[in-house]
Amino acid sequence: MSLTPHLPPLAKIEQKTLVDLIAGGKRLDERSATDYREMKIEVGVIDKAEGSAQVHLGKTKIMVGVKVDAGEPFLDTPDQGVLTVNAELVPLASPEFEPGPPGENAIELARVVDRGIRESGAIDIKKLCVIPGKKVYVIFVDVYVLDHDGNLIDAAAIAAFAALLNAKIRKYELSGETVTFTSEYEPLPIQNYPSTITTVKIGNSLIIDPSLGEENVAEARLTVTVDKDDKICAMQKGGLGTFTRKEVETTVANAIAKSGEIRQKILEAANR
Amino acid sequence: MATYLQVQIPERLIDENGSRVDGRRPDELRPIKMEVGVLDKADGSAYLEQGKNKILVAVYGPREAHPKHIAITDRANIRCRYHMAPFSTEERRSPAPSRRDMELSKVIREALEPSILSQLYPRTTLDIFIEILQSDGGTRCAGITAASLALANAGIPLKEMVAACASGKVGGQLVLDLSDPEDKYGQADLPVALMLNSESITLIQMDGSLTQQEFNTCLEMSIKACKTINQMQKEALKRKYLPIEKVIEKETAEEEQ
Repeated sequence: MSLTPHLPPLAKIEQKTLVDLIAGGKRLDERSATDYREMKIEVGVIDKAEGSAQVHLGKTKIMVGVKVDAGEPFLDTPDQGVLTVNAELVPLASPEFEPGPPGENAIELARVVDRGIRESGAIDIKKLCVIPGKKVYVIFVDVYVLDHDGNLIDAAAIAAFAALLNAKIRKYELSGETVTFTSEYEPLPIQNYPSTITTVKIGNSLIIDPSLGEENVAEARLTVTVDKDDKICAMQKGGLGTFTRKEVETTVANAIAKSGEIRQKILEAANR
Repeated sequence: MATYLQVQIPERLIDENGSRVDGRRPDELRPIKMEVGVLDKADGSAYLEQGKNKILVAVYGPREAHPKHIAITDRANIRCRYHMAPFSTEERRSPAPSRRDMELSKVIREALEPSILSQLYPRTTLDIFIEILQSDGGTRCAGITAASLALANAGIPLKEMVAACASGKVGGQLVLDLSDPEDKYGQADLPVALMLNSESITLIQMDGSLTQQEFNTCLEMSIKACKTINQMQKEALKRKYLPIEKVIEKETAEEEQ
């Protein structure tokens, strides 16, 4: 069951300042409408994980760990590895977050990140099959939100992809039906480079990478994932407001224009 | 279970004449049937069939918020539950809410909220229960269309109704209103919900792969279909209320005599 959220109390005067500012084409931190906040991407931050990354997007901080295991494939995809994305809104990240099983926001975050990776074909999932129908690699991507200052989706998508670029899997030897995983590693097979861009609508303005303050006054958000060939591979609208068709088309065009820059930053950070 | 269930993957989704697996043209909707006021206890209800989809929606409220802390001081709290019956799919589904159900409950609520004048009912809740009795692809859109009808049937003040329809890409062809196999084995799915008069998109999601040009074409197809579906919604309401109006007119005329 999904309930209308209680919006955090926001001083009316603060809200008005933000809305007026954005209507005048400016932002509180002096960015342009299509600028991201300062982005820092580090990979390999957790030794125990097969792949990991930490992303700072302004004050938003997200860590992603990739764990790998062997398991059975799904019935309808016997020749493919399994990808699982989970997200935790860790209580230390925001006064709004509470301990407990993931709520709808955490689930939506995980599923939007999952869709970006899956639908772009970022991982060559057929190469993760060891014995069709019996044994495949299972890739767990765990998104850990550490500090919430807005735009969790983009920060999580960037961190998740950087962690996958950083991930390595054990090689295996096959004798008949017996699989032995060796102590040698190889990189996770990556074949596409998705880039996820979130835009929010405030008044009649469309701005990219909203801070928490901007998110709180935004009417609606639209996330677009673009692959390496500038094709759109995932979208998600959120929030209680609406978009016109023209606004959707503009958002998609802006996302495509911006995607290269974000992709470049991830690839540089992961040394790819 | 693996040996019992037979998964039949269609050989091709578009044949040499450009026809789809169920014989439709690329821009053709499945047959749609709508009826309002189908449940006795609910304040509003609707039943919708779209292809093999069978969807039942009930609306309760506005009613007292329970537990009290969910009440919002300046508007009604809208609660939405999208749920698939265990027997609605090929393989039995657990009746427990899945992660997919939770995401869909959220996006459907967000698709309907812009249409509801919830400020008129502060501190109350308005419950929307969507049950998918049989699923055949495009259930979130069909669920939104049906839920909007149920809200109208419950007499909830709406800015206007929300109609929804998906489009996408199947066998290299851009198509409207994807069926289950087209959704599963196609290349892209783009569900869209629209408030027609204000031309506001209240839901948009996408998965698959589309160029910018293809996306814009699909969006146009979905919006056009939403207009057709909106018309069907209005007709469904007229079918329910015009006969009642005639009865009232007749009774008033008799009283005046």
